[in-house]
Amino acid sequence: MTDATQNTGPMLAADGTPLKQSLARSLRRQKLRALMLIAPLLLFVLLSFIIPIASMLFRSVENNIVGDTLPLTVEALQNWDETTGELPDEAVYDAFVRDMVVAVDNKTHTRLGSRLNYEETGMSSMFRRSGRKLGKLDPETDGPFKEQLIEIHDGWGEPQTWAVIKTHSPAITNGYFLNAVDMRRTPEGAQAQPEDKQILIKLFGRTLFMSLVITASCILLAYPVSYLLATLPMRVSNLLMILVLLPFWTSLLVRTSAWKVMLQQQGVINETLVWLGLVADDARLVIINNQIGTIIAMTHILLPFMILPMYSVMQTIPVSYTRAAKSMGATNWTTFWRIYFPQSIPGIGAGSILVFILAIGYYITPEIVGGTKGVFISNRIAYHISSSLNWGLAAALGTILLGVVLLLYWVYDKIVGIDNVKLG
Amino acid sequence: MTDINNDAAFVEFQRVQKSYDGENLVVKDLNLAMPKGEFLTMLGPSGSGKTTCLMMLAGFETATHGEILLDGKPINNIPPHKRGIGMVFQNYALFPHMTVAENLAFPLEVRKLGKSERDEKVKRALDMVQMGAFGGRRPAQLSGGQQQRIALARALVFEPELVLMDEPLGALDKQLREHMQFEITRLAHELGITTVYVTHDQTEALTMSDRVAVFDDGRIQQLAPPDQLYEEPENSFVAQFIGENNTLEGVVKSIESDACVVQLDDGSEIDAVPINVHAPGDRTKVSIRPERVEFNKNRLHADAHTLKATVKEFIYMGDVFRFRMSVAGNDEFIVKTRNAPDATRLQPGQEIEIGWLAKDCRALDA
Repeated sequence: MTDATQNTGPMLAADGTPLKQSLARSLRRQKLRALMLIAPLLLFVLLSFIIPIASMLFRSVENNIVGDTLPLTVEALQNWDETTGELPDEAVYDAFVRDMVVAVDNKTHTRLGSRLNYEETGMSSMFRRSGRKLGKLDPETDGPFKEQLIEIHDGWGEPQTWAVIKTHSPAITNGYFLNAVDMRRTPEGAQAQPEDKQILIKLFGRTLFMSLVITASCILLAYPVSYLLATLPMRVSNLLMILVLLPFWTSLLVRTSAWKVMLQQQGVINETLVWLGLVADDARLVIINNQIGTIIAMTHILLPFMILPMYSVMQTIPVSYTRAAKSMGATNWTTFWRIYFPQSIPGIGAGSILVFILAIGYYITPEIVGGTKGVFISNRIAYHISSSLNWGLAAALGTILLGVVLLLYWVYDKIVGIDNVKLG
Repeated sequence: MTDINNDAAFVEFQRVQKSYDGENLVVKDLNLAMPKGEFLTMLGPSGSGKTTCLMMLAGFETATHGEILLDGKPINNIPPHKRGIGMVFQNYALFPHMTVAENLAFPLEVRKLGKSERDEKVKRALDMVQMGAFGGRRPAQLSGGQQQRIALARALVFEPELVLMDEPLGALDKQLREHMQFEITRLAHELGITTVYVTHDQTEALTMSDRVAVFDDGRIQQLAPPDQLYEEPENSFVAQFIGENNTLEGVVKSIESDACVVQLDDGSEIDAVPINVHAPGDRTKVSIRPERVEFNKNRLHADAHTLKATVKEFIYMGDVFRFRMSVAGNDEFIVKTRNAPDATRLQPGQEIEIGWLAKDCRALDA
């Protein structure tokens, strides 16, 4: 007590230690306990999510394979000017043979071949075929190698081959990112891909456009439903809520497959329309394996994510607001548009952000009902992960997708304001 | 009850009934007529049907049976926005996404008034509630009392002839509430508006109203000016609900036109005014206000019946003394006396005799 009344120096606790230190000590135990409670989840997230994602994203720029497999060649190529259009000299070929003998021993040359094949078609088979014969050469006695190599495969006589190796030799590369936006790394710098290989930008655009259409149709469909849910008597609205949640309890795959049954040319919708005579038998609607199919199925699947935040916001709008407006002489429409709607915007905002971000990375539904015209960028990423095994490109695409989402989030925050988003 | 064929009635309920579920009546046979300019309070416990009546008048609920007339015209089929009734809500219902001025301009805007006329009326309404400087604020930036004033101004800004208020002071603290009570009545009388005010606070009802309608069980139990309501309750519900009340139960022993003798359950007899007892043998609840009970013999009539009482508790309340006594088997009998220079402080355990004037003692229904 006496210490606390002294005005000089820091405030002291009853036992004479500074009050701040005393406070920190008494809170430390609480903080430690809180940390212990979240530790399992934190560890789990770190090990199973953050680290794999980070390492995956790192693959988008990582390019050690060329330098690791052909260290001597990369060094020798430094002295070669690829812009002259002439072949590199004997030193490069000598270094290349030394590197390849080691690589064939370790069986790493085919992997390098596949890596370079992403940049120049034919590289993979060139490395595979040359590998066997190159492995038998003795770098010390069998030189010079320039002629022998060109003998083994014409490709080694092309300046282009060496240019590709040189261009892609740095350990950190922007090549995957350039590929992801339909460009490529060349000796002359970044250049556009040939016309027939330009598909990714288009795919990004389509993904964004379709996600917007899906979000918009979700808003249109969810708004009246949410309004009903929020205004009907408890008993009825609970029943409606179960209907809204019902799809959640059904497997995503089952729901998507059901849409296949509904939408295909011999499917329920077409059969019904034909039977009603609204559509001629030979002019059945094409509503699956294209964008329409993806939009219909995804709107249905993502609808609950729009309804729930809208509903929880609308529930908080007291009926007295609309009553007050009407008592002041506003018609039903004016009351809705001037009073109710502005207050429900936070719900629309929350639902839109949720649906849009889910849609932009959706994979299963477009894969099943999208055909070729209705697929998203995520399907392309999956293709590069599991089929073409170009993980670097997949990682670059994923990074760009993440960047786009963050950018849109930022724009959204600037325009709508993130504190205008409410989940209830 | 008031004559329902009153020609001067501005607001009139004719045999109105309301049911939500088709099984129970929330409002049972309501008849009420209000002249223009009256301040009428609907008072009652929750669930007594008073808010339902207000909502039917505003048009947010439809009457299941009966007719509601406004200025002589039936309004059952007129939608709320065409009734031109101002309304103040319990939670104020100020639109959170608009400024105070925009809130006030809203009713004028939907009436398609010009901008300059709108601004002028908004300014006048804000000045009227002494909130002129707050036009640019959002409702969330105002205190409860300020929001209350804005809600009031908004209900009055389009100059309605009838204003409904649904427990508008419920969320305010005591002091502010008393101040606003005064302000609302002042405005209502100054502007000559007909007001229907709903509350469950009897003090509010007594201090503000020209007449009070006490609701219970979907009916108006009594409709009268405040003093009459307090001093001459017509049945035991009203006697119990308004103010503090002592009840003694017994049987009517003899009855004349303006006096009766009641034998209480413990055998003692008292004089009372018969209100709704009709014949000897009727069970009755006798009602007497705590401040009308007298234990100073000098102030009692010589022939007044007296009762024995045992003081149980003395409560000092500053301006008044409050005694809890045991009288004729009732342990909750309250006596209040003013803290005057000659007032006696009775001690618990003391046995005294109490009495009252027969006209203050009312024999009501059992």
